[in-house]
Amino acid sequence: MIKELIIAGFGGQGVLSMGKILAYSGLMEDKEVTWFPSYGPEQRGGTANVTVILSDDPISSPIVNEFDIAIILNQPSLEKFESQVKSGGIIIYDPNGIHTPPTRKDVYVYSVKAVDAATEMQNQKAVNMIVLGGVLKVSPMVKLENVMKGLKKSLPERHHKLLPMNEKAIVKGMEIIHEDQAPA
Amino acid sequence: MSEEIFLMKGNEAIAHAAIRYGADGYFGYPITPQSEVMETLMDEAPWETTGMVVLQAESETSSINMVYGGAACGKAVMTSSSSPGMSLMQEGVSYLVGAELPCLLVNVMRGGPGLGTIQPSQADYFQTVKGGGHGDYKLITLAPSSVQEMVDFVSLGFDLAFKYRTPAIILSDGVIGQMMEKVVFPPSRPRRTEEEIRKQCPWATLGRTPDRKANVITSLELDSSIMEENNNRFQAKFKKIEENETLFEEVNCEDADYIFVAFGSAARICQKAAELARKEGIKVGLIRPITLWPFPSAVIAKYAEKVKGFLSVEMNAGQMVEDVRLAVNGKTKVDHYGRLGGIVPTPNEVVVALKDKFGC
Repeated sequence: MIKELIIAGFGGQGVLSMGKILAYSGLMEDKEVTWFPSYGPEQRGGTANVTVILSDDPISSPIVNEFDIAIILNQPSLEKFESQVKSGGIIIYDPNGIHTPPTRKDVYVYSVKAVDAATEMQNQKAVNMIVLGGVLKVSPMVKLENVMKGLKKSLPERHHKLLPMNEKAIVKGMEIIHEDQAPA
Repeated sequence: MSEEIFLMKGNEAIAHAAIRYGADGYFGYPITPQSEVMETLMDEAPWETTGMVVLQAESETSSINMVYGGAACGKAVMTSSSSPGMSLMQEGVSYLVGAELPCLLVNVMRGGPGLGTIQPSQADYFQTVKGGGHGDYKLITLAPSSVQEMVDFVSLGFDLAFKYRTPAIILSDGVIGQMMEKVVFPPSRPRRTEEEIRKQCPWATLGRTPDRKANVITSLELDSSIMEENNNRFQAKFKKIEENETLFEEVNCEDADYIFVAFGSAARICQKAAELARKEGIKVGLIRPITLWPFPSAVIAKYAEKVKGFLSVEMNAGQMVEDVRLAVNGKTKVDHYGRLGGIVPTPNEVVVALKDKFGC
């Protein structure tokens, strides 16, 4: 198994940390992982993205031709990465940040209204975890228990009290993700 | 007990590896994309545990001269920077070689020239292996292609530097520095005691003892006949390094019609490109120089007799390709493919370039 993902959005939306949690979850399952972030001024409000690879075998290139899954949290990222998804691949997006949805017909398209759900949960910081829940529902590449272990490992100890809230957010994402389109 | 596996960035791995090696000092100045080296050292605060000094200097010029001072005392000292900062250090590097001082340098390359970009590049190959400073010198150059090698080459670099009394450099780039991968660390070892340093480095300026004359560390020698002798000694040392310390990795070269030559992150991309090319029926291998100096010319010369061509893939305008050409010596076709200014090529792009350049 090898999964090559791009996670992209505005700086501050938790894109890099979502990738980090996935990478740590892979580590918990003895998978090979690479996590390669954009590290420019994006971190401070532009478009941030991270390439995550989870694999059962050693990973050659951390740079990817085409992605299995694109997780998209804003319009500029959709425009940049929509064309880079494999035919038959998956695009997951939050309609909240996106006024023109994906147009490709040869991919799965899922929407997850994470910003709305986070507002309902009165926790804006949970957006990325809700999206992650949706991702894991449609592509269960790691087990939820290992995501929680990975989360614990990637968070500083002073934030461990937030673990139950994060788990709730992940479960919420699993519930609300919606299939908009299967490949034609 | 199985070894603990960590997930971390290449830059963070360098910092942890230095502490575990028992390094005595780090002197640096922040610059993207290598700033996490000093950030991690500051977080780890090794001065409270091993006694390792970590100091943010006022500039790169200053850090390299602090390295000179520490190295003159036989201490295991290091600095790290990225391309523009390394340019500032070149005078100091030449002096370190001239004074025969061991130390470890790390360059996490970004695109130039000038301030350029903060994105990954390999455009400092010439500066590093052809002598960025003045005078006849060589720099032991290790090119990691994974976060694990960032760890491994800290100890290898220090060991080689002390073995030959000359600086060693880890030539990395923004991809390897910023990427997180799994790593395993060697066991921690204590810093050497002053007695051990005196024994290992009898030349070190740790204070004169009654049984010997004062040690003098300098690169200056105004008597040209002595300066020529010094240079001959350096050259003999470089020759010994060339004979004994060349490292490379070769992948699927035995039956190859074409061979990629690539180092660092470009080698990772080429490994994937070679797999893709083989799926299309083009037999491609990879030679990955691990030491860029000494360059693995012999293995390239060996395959030059049997392959249809070498493609040197670099994130620059064509630098290592010159060393590939020297090694091939006209026996087969050599070409270069590169992206510039911080653009990292994809594996597909490399396959297309191979077909385009060799008509295969």
